[in-house]
Amino acid sequence: MMLRTIGSRRRWGSWLLTGGLAPVALLWLAPLYLMGVFATLPDYAIFSPDLPLTPGGNFLENLAFLDGTANFGRAMLNSIGIATVSAALSLLLTSMAGYAFARFKFIGKQVAFSLLVATLTVPYAVLIVPQYVLVARDLALSNTWIAVIVPPLCHSIGVLFMRQTFLSLPQELLDAARIDGAREGRIFFSIALPLVRPSMAALAIILFLASWNNYLWPLLVATESGARTAPVALGSLIGLNVVPWGALMVGATLLTLPMIVVFIFLQRYFVAGITAGAVK
Amino acid sequence: MGTATRAGIQAPRTRGASAAVPLDIRGGWRRRRHALAPYWFLLPYFLVFAVFWCWPIIDSALLSLQNTRVNPWDWNIAINWRRLLIDRAFHAALGNTLTIMAIQVPVMLTLATLLAVALNSPLLKLRPIYRFAFFAPVVVSDAAYSAVFRVLFNGQFGAVNHAFAALGLPTVEWLQDPNAMLSTVMVAMTWRWTGYNAIILLAGLQSIPRDLYEAAAIDGATPFDRFFRITLPLLKPILVFCLVLSVIGTTQLFTEPWLITDRGGPGGGAETLGTYLYKQGFVSMNFGYAAAIAYTIAGMAAVLAALNLVFTRGKQA
Repeated sequence: MMLRTIGSRRRWGSWLLTGGLAPVALLWLAPLYLMGVFATLPDYAIFSPDLPLTPGGNFLENLAFLDGTANFGRAMLNSIGIATVSAALSLLLTSMAGYAFARFKFIGKQVAFSLLVATLTVPYAVLIVPQYVLVARDLALSNTWIAVIVPPLCHSIGVLFMRQTFLSLPQELLDAARIDGAREGRIFFSIALPLVRPSMAALAIILFLASWNNYLWPLLVATESGARTAPVALGSLIGLNVVPWGALMVGATLLTLPMIVVFIFLQRYFVAGITAGAVK
Repeated sequence: MGTATRAGIQAPRTRGASAAVPLDIRGGWRRRRHALAPYWFLLPYFLVFAVFWCWPIIDSALLSLQNTRVNPWDWNIAINWRRLLIDRAFHAALGNTLTIMAIQVPVMLTLATLLAVALNSPLLKLRPIYRFAFFAPVVVSDAAYSAVFRVLFNGQFGAVNHAFAALGLPTVEWLQDPNAMLSTVMVAMTWRWTGYNAIILLAGLQSIPRDLYEAAAIDGATPFDRFFRITLPLLKPILVFCLVLSVIGTTQLFTEPWLITDRGGPGGGAETLGTYLYKQGFVSMNFGYAAAIAYTIAGMAAVLAALNLVFTRGKQA
């Protein structure tokens, strides 16, 4: 009797929670759904007295307009290349630094580590003016990949994440290699790194995403139409006198959809990367 | 070098510990290389760090003490900082930023906490679908979702005004009126970041030991009690982490007001410190003044982060 009441109360609670959350979830999905719908509509249909909720047939026209006006195809290629190189380089730098912090005792370790943690509270805005003066003005590197890729390479959260990962490796494994006479670089690349592949995957995804989504820095140093990244090219449409809304939504969709697909399959890694800094 | 090694080989030999000798020497070698190794591992990261973090932090301070509106730049310690004190547009941007911070961050973190509890509840069905709905915005780029929200909040035929009209509410000029513009930016940010914070909070919830809840259930605690007496206190450190990150993020808010409200909106109604910094630095090319604004942002972030930590720690004690 008692058990049955509890059982039915649980069932009620379950329905209440699942049902109650549904409208909120729909509200949350609406912007992405409408983005996709609007990408397939001509501009006049996007803003009409009735909200259009079903896709139309104007996607290719919008796409062609987007590519013609904002050189979007080139911008997408730039973004893919830049995000890939950025993620790879940043992964290398942060893994090496994280390994040093996790696996060695050395003079200055405390200072270097405190410096790293302190940067977590430094807003990126404080760096941007001197970075621009240095890269664009003094070194005249505007519109090169170096300018877009190198300044944002440091992600202290990545170092902390990799440090945490390397701390969990059993010391005997590394010591065994050391006794066998392996050099430190070799131990790192052929023993330590392969052991932490899942963590590296998680971090690589987060780093790729950070570069892929970066707007402010490329906006400053990738100004020519052939050098722009996709978010910058997209933003340039908003600055036009007559904003091509359909083309704008196609661009937003192209920026978003690949990441959503990756997210569906690799959600675990995204979650691991995002929670890296918070939960120790 | 060669002689030193040879001397090293000979020295132990005189002591007659033949078997241990080679290992011992190799150990010495290794220890020295071992001692340098960490620096090699740190070098690439800290090289980039020195050039693109440490130097800019110093250079920002130096720039803020120069008049960069003359050529060549001229040392003038007070010019930019004095302007900050009397610049109405800067004060408006500061006010808008603080308004967004005071309203959006608490609302978002409350939503994120409730969402995390809901997603963690064994009662919830269809969990993967819900996780997707709320977590998907995490991967959406600032520029893309800003473009989308600009369309949704269009004053004439935007989806939001369609919904308002359907509910019998008066439509709003979301991208014209100053308060409405700030609301639009806050709604957009909440859409984008609630799931992000919920992911972090959910990981925190999952680290709370289950037996605490079981013990509480035996003691007859209501779900309400459990939330306020177990969940919330144990989640506090992670909530503070989210709070600090959100506050720092908000101090430098740029893309959303820039793209949703057309560069801070008509009359600067949605101007934030981020957009104002951009305009001063990269439209007017007044690097000195922009650096002073940037330092204000950094100072604010540091003070607010410290206050959060001190305040919450004080309450815990």
